[in-house]
Amino acid sequence: MVIVRLATPLRKFSGGKPEIKAEGSTVREIIDNIEAKSPGFADKILDDSDIKQFINIFHNNEDIRFQKGIDTEIKPDDVLSILPAVSGG
Amino acid sequence: MRVIGLKCRNCGKEYKTLPINICEECFGPLEVKYDYEEIKENISKEKIQKAEPTLWRYRDFLPVEDQNKIVDLKAGFTPLHKADNLAEVLGLKELYLKNDSVNTTFSFKDRVVSVAISKAIEFGFDTVACASTGNLANSVAAHAAKAKLNCYIFIPKNLSRGKIIPTLAYDPNLIAVDSNYDDVNRLCTEISSYYDWAFVNINLRPYYSEGSKTLGFEVVEQLGWEVPERYIAPVGSGSLLTKIHKGLKELEITGLIDEVNTKVTAAQSEGCSPVTTSFRTGEAIKPVKPNTIEQSLAIGNPADGFYAVKLIKETGGTAGTANDEEIIEGIKLLAKTEGIFTETAGGVVIGTLKNLVEAGEIDKDEKTVVYITGNGLKTQDVLVNRLTEPQVISPDLEEFNKLLKKEAVIW
Repeated sequence: MVIVRLATPLRKFSGGKPEIKAEGSTVREIIDNIEAKSPGFADKILDDSDIKQFINIFHNNEDIRFQKGIDTEIKPDDVLSILPAVSGG
Repeated sequence: MRVIGLKCRNCGKEYKTLPINICEECFGPLEVKYDYEEIKENISKEKIQKAEPTLWRYRDFLPVEDQNKIVDLKAGFTPLHKADNLAEVLGLKELYLKNDSVNTTFSFKDRVVSVAISKAIEFGFDTVACASTGNLANSVAAHAAKAKLNCYIFIPKNLSRGKIIPTLAYDPNLIAVDSNYDDVNRLCTEISSYYDWAFVNINLRPYYSEGSKTLGFEVVEQLGWEVPERYIAPVGSGSLLTKIHKGLKELEITGLIDEVNTKVTAAQSEGCSPVTTSFRTGEAIKPVKPNTIEQSLAIGNPADGFYAVKLIKETGGTAGTANDEEIIEGIKLLAKTEGIFTETAGGVVIGTLKNLVEAGEIDKDEKTVVYITGNGLKTQDVLVNRLTEPQVISPDLEEFNKLLKKEAVIW
């Protein structure tokens, strides 16, 4: 199972929990599996199968855009963080 | 109330005045929404000019309602220099330098921090924090010390000592993260959702960023209530560049000046230029891994990059870069022509300005303002072995004459 950390605005899909466990071997599969249990989740994250403008997804602390985007392969016990892009500076 | 609340820049959803920065619907950035009619009724050039020469003379345009909560280290209202020597070298007609390197902690960050920490106190926080590339760390630590707040500051571990020491002097909790700024920022974004702290550039970002507007207000006032035809500013997150323009527009909205037609120009280091690249290619912002001597702008994933590119295009401005060599030459050129010693971000602006002028992208007749945002004493390390060394002599008149290759003049 993969640990998925969620930004505060996404916690309505996790019953208020800051992190949940999900199954899947790619970022896309993990999002689809969370969507199956919590409809509306994927719409918040993806836009035409790509990550939305104001969302960043990190795989083991690295931006997945430096890996294979939503097709990045994920191993059990890896950590995904889904965070807002607009902070810092 | 001058402050109506917060509004998403992306989808327009409105929120109450809370310590939040993200729209829960679309994740877009929240921005402070003002009642400009109320501001217009209460503001005048005379009122501003009579107020103390700090950024708080523009308090009618800032999001702090309780004046007793203001933490004021007297930042702002820094000098605007007419830079005739530099203009001559670059072949420009009318050039000005807004010198924020002489602010309280020697960078423009004192403006945004004074606003953010005042707002944090208004919200009732007892702990403030930030993710910083250096200048912000200095300023948050100083303002937190003055306000007697707990303070946690997160920086990349490899930051220059010139930025670490001035932060440590204020005795904050300084956490050096073994990675680059983007990782520090990501970590702080995660931490901010677990701890009830006021992260000035995360959950307080809508208020924090408003402080940069004062760099627009001041320049207009110092130019005799006229807008520049162009300004050029360094770009890290893109917040500074866009908020200066917001400041100009607010002066227009409230009737203090006529129509704003200023061209906005961005300066980035070649080794970290996602905004310039997006402007040049027309493609969406792509995050990069910074590779540059310029640390304070080394943000590979700029939060306001999208809005910075949009603004540059809408105003008919442009964007350019300076490489590491040009950054150093920019620092030296500013120092030897105008007597102002800036940090690497200033070198980026001067280097980029020179490149854009040489490329014919800047009209030489425009009244142009250059924003110098930080002090050279903080990044002295980049100049090691890059300057003429002192000439060493013994305390002897003959030796000095020999050095000058002259006979002593007898009066």
